[in-house]
Amino acid sequence: MNGQIHFTLNGEKVTSDRHANERLLDVLREDFKLTGVKCGCKEGECGACSVLLNGVLANSCMVAMGSIEGSEVVTIEGYSKTKRFQALSDAYAQTSAVQCGFCIPGMVLACEALLAKNPNPTDAEIRKGISGNLCRCTGYNAIVEAVKIAAREGKGLW
Amino acid sequence: MESISKSIPKRDHFPKISGSAKYVDDLSFEGMLHGKIVRSTVACADIKEILIPDLPEGYFVIDKNDIPGINSVHIVDDDTPVFSDGTVNYVGEPILMVAGKDLKVVNRLMKLIKVVYDEKEPVLDMMKSETIFYQYGYTKGDWETAFREADKIIEEDFQTGYQEHTYMEVQGMIGFYENGKSIVRGSMQCPYYVHTAVKRAMGLESDKVQVIQEEMGGAFGGKEDYPSILGCQVAVAAYKTGKPVKVVFDRSEDIICSPKRHPAKMHYRAAIKNGKITGIDADIVYNCGAYTTLSPVVLQRGLICATGVYNFKNLRVRGKGVKTNTVPNGAFRGFGGPQTFFAIEMFMDHLAKEIGMDSLSLKESMVVKQGDDSATSGKYHFHIPFPEMIEKLDQMSDFRKKREAFRNQTGRYRSGIGLSLVYHGCGFTGSGERDLIKGVVKIVKNTDDTVELLTAGTDMGQGLKTAFAKIASDTLEIPLERIIVQNPDTDRVPNSGPTAASRSLMVVGKLLQRAAEKLKRDWKPGEYQEFVEKYVHPDFMIPWDLSKFQGDPYPDYSWSANAVEVKVDTLTATTEIVGAWGVYDVGTPIDMAIIKGQMQGGFLQAIGYGSMELLDVNDKGVIRNNSFSDYIIPTSMDVPHLETEVVENTYDNGPFGGKGAGELPAVGGAPAYVEAMENALGVNLHHTPFSQEDTMKVLEAFKK
Repeated sequence: MNGQIHFTLNGEKVTSDRHANERLLDVLREDFKLTGVKCGCKEGECGACSVLLNGVLANSCMVAMGSIEGSEVVTIEGYSKTKRFQALSDAYAQTSAVQCGFCIPGMVLACEALLAKNPNPTDAEIRKGISGNLCRCTGYNAIVEAVKIAAREGKGLW
Repeated sequence: MESISKSIPKRDHFPKISGSAKYVDDLSFEGMLHGKIVRSTVACADIKEILIPDLPEGYFVIDKNDIPGINSVHIVDDDTPVFSDGTVNYVGEPILMVAGKDLKVVNRLMKLIKVVYDEKEPVLDMMKSETIFYQYGYTKGDWETAFREADKIIEEDFQTGYQEHTYMEVQGMIGFYENGKSIVRGSMQCPYYVHTAVKRAMGLESDKVQVIQEEMGGAFGGKEDYPSILGCQVAVAAYKTGKPVKVVFDRSEDIICSPKRHPAKMHYRAAIKNGKITGIDADIVYNCGAYTTLSPVVLQRGLICATGVYNFKNLRVRGKGVKTNTVPNGAFRGFGGPQTFFAIEMFMDHLAKEIGMDSLSLKESMVVKQGDDSATSGKYHFHIPFPEMIEKLDQMSDFRKKREAFRNQTGRYRSGIGLSLVYHGCGFTGSGERDLIKGVVKIVKNTDDTVELLTAGTDMGQGLKTAFAKIASDTLEIPLERIIVQNPDTDRVPNSGPTAASRSLMVVGKLLQRAAEKLKRDWKPGEYQEFVEKYVHPDFMIPWDLSKFQGDPYPDYSWSANAVEVKVDTLTATTEIVGAWGVYDVGTPIDMAIIKGQMQGGFLQAIGYGSMELLDVNDKGVIRNNSFSDYIIPTSMDVPHLETEVVENTYDNGPFGGKGAGELPAVGGAPAYVEAMENALGVNLHHTPFSQEDTMKVLEAFKK
């Protein structure tokens, strides 16, 4: 029972005393005060709580603390310090893709996960790449357009 | 394009995209308690007894006996209790709150509380309800003669379902009680609605209640009335416990107890003489749920829209809002309009077949134009750009050619295309702006020559802060950086009215423009100045008379034409949405990218309403699909080709020619989609959502 879970969070080595069956989402928000990680449903459907877990997009509400020992976790707070984020942010600003903003931190990380694998995605690939992240405001067009702009103007970043 | 329409980065862009923006659940205060609400598990009962376990130190139960003022939430009427008064009328009705420091302990206590009910037979079917909350009706021309002399009378029934807002951020509020003052902060569209409600429940004077809006993660109408209820609950909890109390729902609680779009049943009759429609008679029922909340106004708008965008000479429209033992329904983008617009658009398509015309030709031949009488004997005062909108839509979608090509199809895959013509009346219905809201704004110029815009308008993502800042900046001819727009705090801002009814830009934006013009004329560098501007009712309006249901319900209307194309696999009943096209007149767009975002997002919601967003209540009154796994909304994959365009049709009474925009795109998507389905399937359809299961039923019926 006792002992700590060790992982890397936004580039820093950290530990957590939380029980192995706690949600990563709750630990990030409550213990590390990373409130850019949003909670929309707690059942892995909406993607608002998306983080990068060892570089892969994951719904942090569906990740048990016991499964992240030794892992690398990146949240929007860490990602927002990168040049790639800046390229995505500039592109989102151009298309006014941020409306209520609640899905956006997770959405941006979904875009990162997509572009890291595929730096020149087609419209269909972008739509598939963000399909695990629900947005109720935009109808998605502005986000798809922003990813295309970021891919074009952020050449070499991905 | 007007220069103001040129898009700029939104003011809230960076805090939101970087994750630093604080929504209500991201806030924490010294000594704050977490509250959870015990809700009724039955649809209709008297509460016989509530068994509460011994509470640990620092844990509280808050119920009706703790309310210092009146146990009633002021919305339009006052029938909604803050906490149950001993009866429950729907599954999810709030009975009491448990509050304490550790949410896990609160959750454990919740499970130990036992409510003993004396159950009664609930009324779940709106057609069996004997309690009519509201009833209105109107006539125009001589409908009786039209029906008496008709060659043929066509009758059909239409039905629309619930729609859940599915804002990504659930409802949440935090209450405080400090030095005799109630403070409530959270996610809300209408701070002054919450202010009025909390005053009443707490029995406090205006200056002893303060309401502050936090960043809001979407609303779509769902945070118009509900925050008044939750606001009263957290205010009472803070008063009893002496600590800040935060209540943030989880998703399933939010779906169970927050308002939805009213389900509707609509009976339509048409009188046909010499191949023309000479009269319409509509009989409409909206399911209000257990309490009245915003239903009177939703129903009014529904009835105003009941005959769509067509110039029928003879009309009778009647409607009632009835009580059932289900969750109270409320505001949802479109506010009563999408239901009746669905019915009239489908009916027109069916009547065209009866008359032997194609549906678009019939619609075009009857569409209203400037100077025509409206259904409620008001007037369409301004240009109605349907001819150019339909032309544009046809160019974008190839509607006419496709409609012709999709006749008499055979084979496994069948295509269909549907079209709808709709409006949304801008501003509060009837004389509400003049008699109820009486909006006031204030502009303050600071000594450093920055200018702050003080309104109660809330930004729920629709871009209000950016739009207001642009209006002020362009009027004053000073850089945007010198304009300050903050989330409203009732201690600082005047009551400019609710952020609802597609009124903020057109009504409040105009007041800001007028105040800014005064400031500009009187600008004194380096001095503090302030200007207050009050609502003035447009003098061209034909006065609205609610008792007769006659006059101009709105000064002007926003218009839209929508087309949706589908391809149905008749083997599997799956439908691919091949394309969706919308053309909108929202006056001058104050920011083109913002308007496009509103149109695209609203259109996709409306297609969801027409196709997949099915919410169902079982025979005990329990919502069956209270989770994101079961209540399905469109993803990025569902409508990959969705295009929107605007036609510019300046509205002189709006700021820089702008008028209402937010709700318009939510109105026309469902009828366009279902009309496309009936075009593909070759049958007449009458309800929304029209799901894959419904398609299968139609296909199975063919085989018999």
